[in-house]
Order: sequence, then structure tokens, then C-alpha cells
Amino acid sequence: MPPMTDARMKTGKDAAAENGTTVNATYNFAFLDEQTKRMIRRALLKAVAIPGYQVPFASREMPMPYGWGTGGIQVTASVIGPEDVLKVIDQGSDDTTNAISIRKFFERTTGVETTEKTAAATLIQTRHRIPEAPLSEGQILIYQVPIPEPLRFLEPRETETRQMHALEEYGLMHVKLYEDIARHGHIATTYAYPVKVAGRYVMDPSPTPKFDNPKMDAMPALQLFGAGREKRIYAIPPYTEVKSLDFDDHPFELPTWDSVCAACGAADTYLDEVILDDQGGRMFVCSDTDHCAARQAAGHRGPGPATEPRR
Amino acid sequence: MYVAVKGGETAIDNAHRLLAVERRGDPAIAELSVAQIREQLTLAVDRVMTEGSLYDPDLAALAIKQARGDLLEAIFLLRAYRTTLPRLAESQPVDTGRMRARRRISATYKDLPGGQVLGPTFDYTHRLLDFALAAEGAAPTEAATSDGPAEAMPRVTDLLAGEDLIEREAATEEFETPGDLTRDPLDFPLDRDLRLQALARGDEGFLMALAYSTQRGYGRTHPFAGEIRMGEVEVEIVVEDLPFPVVVGEITVTECEMINQFKGSKTQPPQFTRGYGLTFGFCERKAMSMALVDRSLRARDLGEEVTAPAQDEEFVIAHADNVEASGFVQHLKLPHYVDFQSELEMVRKMRQEIAMAAQPPEGANAADD
Repeated sequence: MPPMTDARMKTGKDAAAENGTTVNATYNFAFLDEQTKRMIRRALLKAVAIPGYQVPFASREMPMPYGWGTGGIQVTASVIGPEDVLKVIDQGSDDTTNAISIRKFFERTTGVETTEKTAAATLIQTRHRIPEAPLSEGQILIYQVPIPEPLRFLEPRETETRQMHALEEYGLMHVKLYEDIARHGHIATTYAYPVKVAGRYVMDPSPTPKFDNPKMDAMPALQLFGAGREKRIYAIPPYTEVKSLDFDDHPFELPTWDSVCAACGAADTYLDEVILDDQGGRMFVCSDTDHCAARQAAGHRGPGPATEPRR
Repeated sequence: MYVAVKGGETAIDNAHRLLAVERRGDPAIAELSVAQIREQLTLAVDRVMTEGSLYDPDLAALAIKQARGDLLEAIFLLRAYRTTLPRLAESQPVDTGRMRARRRISATYKDLPGGQVLGPTFDYTHRLLDFALAAEGAAPTEAATSDGPAEAMPRVTDLLAGEDLIEREAATEEFETPGDLTRDPLDFPLDRDLRLQALARGDEGFLMALAYSTQRGYGRTHPFAGEIRMGEVEVEIVVEDLPFPVVVGEITVTECEMINQFKGSKTQPPQFTRGYGLTFGFCERKAMSMALVDRSLRARDLGEEVTAPAQDEEFVIAHADNVEASGFVQHLKLPHYVDFQSELEMVRKMRQEIAMAAQPPEGANAADD
């Protein structure tokens, strides 16, 4: 093999030590170079200044595939510092494979402390959930976003949707929601439920269940959204009004469960369904694993797997 | 007591170890070296460099080895390496007219200045498995070489331009600083410089299918392969304080210029138009596909009606990148428990409502669902 530069040799070695959690010396802190971070921070500042507006940014290729959180990872990489404590969740859980993979990536490239405790984290990168425990000032919640454009499935063309946002022309979205009501008697959007931010921009909250929408409203923490493949960043500054779209006679409704969490007994959390056998047996447990574990540690107990199958 | 499924971390570690073992294959068989890939799988290396947007045969070969021969995965590896590299300088436009061509063919002229040079092509091979290759060891017979200095090879399109039969390329000032889609987000509608850049990185299979669709009537462009050339060109940069550009290296490229019919418009007489394709290395199929799609995407600029997929800029460019496409298609493997749960609730609720509506109101037995 022809000679390679030192840097490449090191990279190769580090790549081979895939499973190690040592800080990688051949890449910059948090992988991205400083110019890129600055560019992303500028986009973030603009996003914070115009809540809910999708700011185009020069998204980079990352060592993870598009659709696996490259937007959120770039945002995290741009705001993370050595003093930060990072929590990464996917579907509410710290232990899903992609959450582990992203957490390890930042362990390797930054060496920062990581945690599973929501309250202990300064940065929380998430996919599809907002933690159950209320977030506080000084925390940043970073969402991974697949399709940032809330109007995309109503109008596939960027040139069109951009104009619709500029003119605040959201009639198409209301027609869609109205058609739901006409057909089903209620709005049939259950996740990625559109919201209006600070009374101006209609925004996609990313594919979080609509159960989480009210948490976004007037949240003390800063909310940042990164869409890598689509090259968009948007934000909700702390204490900003976030309103789920609805109609006066069909107000926004939260989903309800007939069951409580089988593990911790919580009746006010988002529950995942766990199939117990092939006889239709199932139970429900908290999707937010840290919240559930904390409740169990505090002595809360649920009914266990014997929960009656739900009708 | 149920606890949420744990053990993802060990599973990932084990999967990576298994992957490394599978990549190596039978240890009794000699390991493939990066140099062997670079020298003997050159067309794979060329494709990975082209769509990976990085000219480095060694790294491309390494990526192919690491990716177990999966070229899209290798392209992805190369892109992820490229993304953090510093920009030291911007090169001058390469002059393909001065290419040391190893292949040069034109389908529009039987003979032309510089001649037709077939070069190392599969074109006229019979696709019969060569079992002699299975028995390794024999070196191929020496290739024939021509003697004497190579004749100048003016571009076919320049020959046509002399008669004004083909459109003039846009004045160079317009593209003095071409856009860079890796540094600025795409902003539709695009100019041709960015469109060509996106096509050059685009997936060969996708572009070929689109190109093929134009040949089958979905936005016909009546193309002729005016010229295809492959060979080495010099890359020059301008260094501050030096009055002349400096050659920093030589790269192999394949260029295709399609010549297409154009009926003319109110302001322009009938004239031939161009489609352009350029790749690193020897990626002729890609260069030709790119040239056809480039021409189709110029429909709007040329005042043609946009009716077919290949003419639709947003459709083509937004879906041409295989690193983006592969990532998003495969992200469906990630858990979607939470969203699926929402849908489950919704479907149950809707079924329940329908069942309730169908139920006789009073006195009837409650249906047990």
C-alpha cells in the first residue's frame, strides 16, 4: 500500500478500535471543524430569532447515515462544550441502539460526561419523544428531524411551501385537518402534529406523538431542531407560545390510556405497548425509561404484566 | 417484574465484531490488500471517487475493502471522511481540450481531428465468461501503443460552434465562482453549475434510469453522443504572488458532451443544444447518463414544456444523492414504537367508533370486541 499521511494512519487505527470509548485525537472536538460549528451556530441564532422558521444550513455529511439523526448530531456538536452533560434518547429510551450509538459517538469525540437522568443533563438529544419530567432553564432539548416541512405532504415542492410560509398561507393545512374531521369525526394526525409557534410559523414538531405537544408550549428549556438530509434548522426559544392547530368546535385532544404503566403505575405518561405472548397478552409501560426507573426507585409500583388485555 | 429491554450496547459491540469477521471471510484465503483493489478493481474505485466527491484512489480502495465491496457504503465512508477536510485552495477550471486522452470517440463524425481512439473499453468485447481468468497468474499480453506525438484533439462541440450550429456556452464570468452544494444548502430553482455538481455526485443507477426514460419518450431530447473522452488532465491552482498557475497534480476524468436537437424559439433559430457529463476516473455510463439528464433539466431554461420526471429539477436533484437516499430508506429499521403506538391507538379508536355506531342502541347485547 502506498504511503499514507500520519493523520490517515491514525484514523484507520481509531476506526479499527471501533468499540473503544477513548477520545479520538485525529478529529476536532465533537467531530465537526470549528468553521462548520460557527456556520451552524449562526443558523441556530437566526432560528432562535425567528421562532419556528426553517433556516437553511449547509448540512455536512456525517459518519452516520442520513435519517439516523445527522441533523440533531450536528446541532449537538455545534453547541456542546467540555462542561456539558449529555443525555441521548430514542423513543424515550436511553438504551435503544441508535441512542447508544450517538451517545458513544459524542463520548469518543468529546469525552464529555453522559447521563441517563433527565434532570442531570444540560443537553438532551432526542428522537420522537420529549422527556416526561419537566425541563428547566439552562437545559437544551435537541430534536432529530426527518422532514422539517409541515406542509410537505400537502405540497411536495419546496418553492411552493416556502412561499406559503412567507405569505402565512396555511389554509391547505386547515383544509387537511377539516377533511379529517369530516371523514373520521376527529383529527386523524397522531404524531408530527402541526403547531403554530409564537403566533406566526406553522412548524413540524418532528415525529413526536401529539401527547408531547403541550410540553413544547412555554417550555423553560431551549428547543433546537436539526434536519440533516433536508438541511434545515429551526428553534423554539424558552417560554415561547406553541399551539397545536385545531378548530374552536374541535379543540386539540390528548390521547388517553385505559391502563397505567405496568412497571411504575404512572397514569400520566406516554405508554408503549409490550406484547407478552402470541395469545394477545400485552401490557403497557412508560416509554420514558428514565422517568419510569426514577418512579420505581421512589417506591411506585405498577400492576405488573398481569394487566388485562385492553379492549 | 418487567424492566425495559436492555443490552443494546453489548449487542452493538458484538455486531461490530461479527461484521469484522464476516468482512475477512475465510482466513485460509489470502487477505485482499488495498493496493490490489486500487489496481485491479479500478472501475469500482472510480465510481466511489466520483460519487464520494473525493479524488483519492487509495482511500476509495480502503473504503471498498472496509465496506465489503458494497460501493454505496464505500461512497458513504469516503463522503464522511471528505466532509471535515480543510479547503486549501480552489483549482482553475480543468481544460479537457488539453487532455492526454486514452479514449476519445464521437458518434456524430466518422473521422475528426485527433481521430477516434477506442481505448480500454468493454464495448466490443463478447460477454463470455473468460475461464482463463479463473486460473490466476498469467500476465496479459503487452498492450499496443501508438508512436509519435499525439495529434491535437479539438472538442467536437467547438467544431460545431464554429458554424453557430450549436448554442454557445454561457459566458465564463457567470460561473466565475461556481456554487458549492457541500457548503451551501441547495436553493431551488438552481443554476446549471449547482445542477451539474449535484448530478456529478448523483447515483449512477438513478441517473441512468432517468436518462433511459428520456429515450423512451418521457421528455425526448433527441441526443447524439457528440464526444466521449477519457484521460488525464492537469489540475492547476493560482498561488498568491505567482503570476502563473501552478500544476498540483493530474487526475483521470471522463467527459461526455451530448448534442441535442432544438427546434428554436421566438428569439432563437433552430440550433443544437448541449448536455454535459463529467466524472472522476473512467465512469462512462455515468458521464453519459449525467449528460442526458443535464440536457433534460435545461427544459425550463430553453422554454420547453416540463412534462416528464427527468425534466423536473426538484424531483431529480432532491433524489439523486444515494448517501441521502440510502440513509433515509434504511432509517425505517430504527425503532418507531412511539409513532406506531399512536397509530395503534388511532386505529383502535376508529374501529371502536364504527362498532359503536353499528350497534343497536337499547336492549341489544353489547358486542364483545
